[in-house]
Amino acid sequence: MKINLNSTLFNAPIAIALLALPFIIDALFGHGWVRIADFALLYIMLALGLNIVVGYAGLLDLGYIAFFAVGAYTYALLGSPQFGLHWPMYVVLPLGALIACGFGVLLGAPTLKLRGDYLAIVTLGFGEIIRIFLNNLNAPVNITNGPQGISAIDPLQIGGFSFGDSFEWMGMRVDDVHLHYYLFLAFTLLVIFVSRRLEDSRIGRAWVAIREDEVAASAMGINTRNIKLLAFAMGATFGGISGGLFAGFQGFVSPESFSLMESIMVLCMVVLGGMGNIGGVVLGGVLLVALPELFRHAAGPVQQMLLGKVVVDPESLRMLMFGLALILVMLWRPAGLWPSTQRRREFDADDSVLHQEQETVYDASK
Amino acid sequence: MTPPSNRLLELTGVGKHFGGVTALADVSLHIHHGDIYGLIGPNGAGKTTLFNVVTGLYQLDSGSFQFAGQSYTRCKPHLLAQAGIARTFQNIRLFANMSALENIMVGRHLRTRTGIWGALTRNAAARTEERATVQRARELLDYVGITCAHQTLAKHLSYGEQRRLEIARALATEPKLLALDEPAAGMNATETVALKALLQKIRASGITVLLIEHDVKLIMGLCDRVAVLDYGKKIAEGAPEEVRRDPAVIAAYLGGEAA
Repeated sequence: MKINLNSTLFNAPIAIALLALPFIIDALFGHGWVRIADFALLYIMLALGLNIVVGYAGLLDLGYIAFFAVGAYTYALLGSPQFGLHWPMYVVLPLGALIACGFGVLLGAPTLKLRGDYLAIVTLGFGEIIRIFLNNLNAPVNITNGPQGISAIDPLQIGGFSFGDSFEWMGMRVDDVHLHYYLFLAFTLLVIFVSRRLEDSRIGRAWVAIREDEVAASAMGINTRNIKLLAFAMGATFGGISGGLFAGFQGFVSPESFSLMESIMVLCMVVLGGMGNIGGVVLGGVLLVALPELFRHAAGPVQQMLLGKVVVDPESLRMLMFGLALILVMLWRPAGLWPSTQRRREFDADDSVLHQEQETVYDASK
Repeated sequence: MTPPSNRLLELTGVGKHFGGVTALADVSLHIHHGDIYGLIGPNGAGKTTLFNVVTGLYQLDSGSFQFAGQSYTRCKPHLLAQAGIARTFQNIRLFANMSALENIMVGRHLRTRTGIWGALTRNAAARTEERATVQRARELLDYVGITCAHQTLAKHLSYGEQRRLEIARALATEPKLLALDEPAAGMNATETVALKALLQKIRASGITVLLIEHDVKLIMGLCDRVAVLDYGKKIAEGAPEEVRRDPAVIAAYLGGEAA
């Protein structure tokens, strides 16, 4: 039996820790780090969405950030002076998720027959297409404002309450970064809840079955087309929600936020943390957001202290260390830092018992 | 000519080729309700190709087949599974990293309904269905005689148990026709005897069985009717005893103009 979500996530100590976290971070590290925590939550949502596609259904998607972009631009276009539209958040966010979901199906449909490397290449192309579209849709009719991006986006607000405000509460200063933290935390918990429920259901089993052996899955009566599209759609929906929140939080979106590098970052969170395991993916998200920031802040002073001057630019050193960390993790923990029990066993050595080629139904029918 | 109602599966002039190679040429045969029907032939005779055509993995190039009164020429595997054809594979294709129980639960996919909404809310219907799925999966594990822990991963089961698990997974789809591709391959004598008993039990429960097998003794002792394929053609069909004495069959198996 799986551990009940209610007993794990909502038990009191963890709940209190999560609620107090932004203030603890604020007190210990300063304001900027609460903002980083907000971003970590956005990325965790993204990574959990990608986890459905890559971790459960085994479909390698390298253009996932496109759905984040779709969500963000939906929010930006409908809640900014760009078109003079200022639709409320509770309309725009679900709409963004829905449109992203539509794009997920749109991407999924032509790639159904592809697998592995080939799927990765096509999805990578799709991600770039979306970004290039956003970059160039400023002429002949200006829709996205091109590379300048869209600014002055409405803050996230419900009724009269804006998450962009700050106020005093019981002698504590509550800022926009704190408020956004709680909003994002709520959405992240929702995404975790949905992931868990799906994982342990008829649908989740069908996803894993397709990952394990697509031919056998179809022979068992699973409509592989629909179930794969469902995985794409669910993953994209999470991406769209995260994107909308990002736009409202940031107040500004431009195409450069949605580069291939971002897709790869999110994929790294999933792979590094532990594919198919929600806890691992959350861990991956936290680490890959927090560590580079930590490094950025520390690299300069540490060099100063040890060598007397800054020898290597902290920014390039950051990527170097990131690459090194990836290689080390893949060498020593190929299934991720905190793998699902299933995946860990997959990487065990005793695979010889049951070896099957991973051909698709479509290969078989040729 | 309308097929008599006791015909569950009827192939009419089925042909399949891969490039220049003719895997099946004008094969016609029919399987009666409740039979165990054997399909034998030398290696490369087209037995597995025939299986793949009937289960939708291959699209046939000519002819058609009728199953349970419905005619098919092109059909997707999952729709044929829905119609009531379940199969196992010659090279076992279990979901290796899922537990034995989960493998069978995937087999129940077809006969259960819970969608996204049910999975998210875990409403009464979804919970009832999930309980029934687990319950049925346990029964099927017992039914095929897998005694190990239900949470054991499929790939950690013994070879014989993997074969049985594949049968259990196929049975979970509630088939009318169970198509088994060399279920006894690689089994020792004891396991084969147990398999024979299992197949008889399955037939007794009203499921028609289509069996590809190399073990002639198993076929002869088990099957009601047998067809022999050679080079993609059906060279004989009938009761096991008749088929065994058929000169064409003897020639195919022993080569050339054997007695």
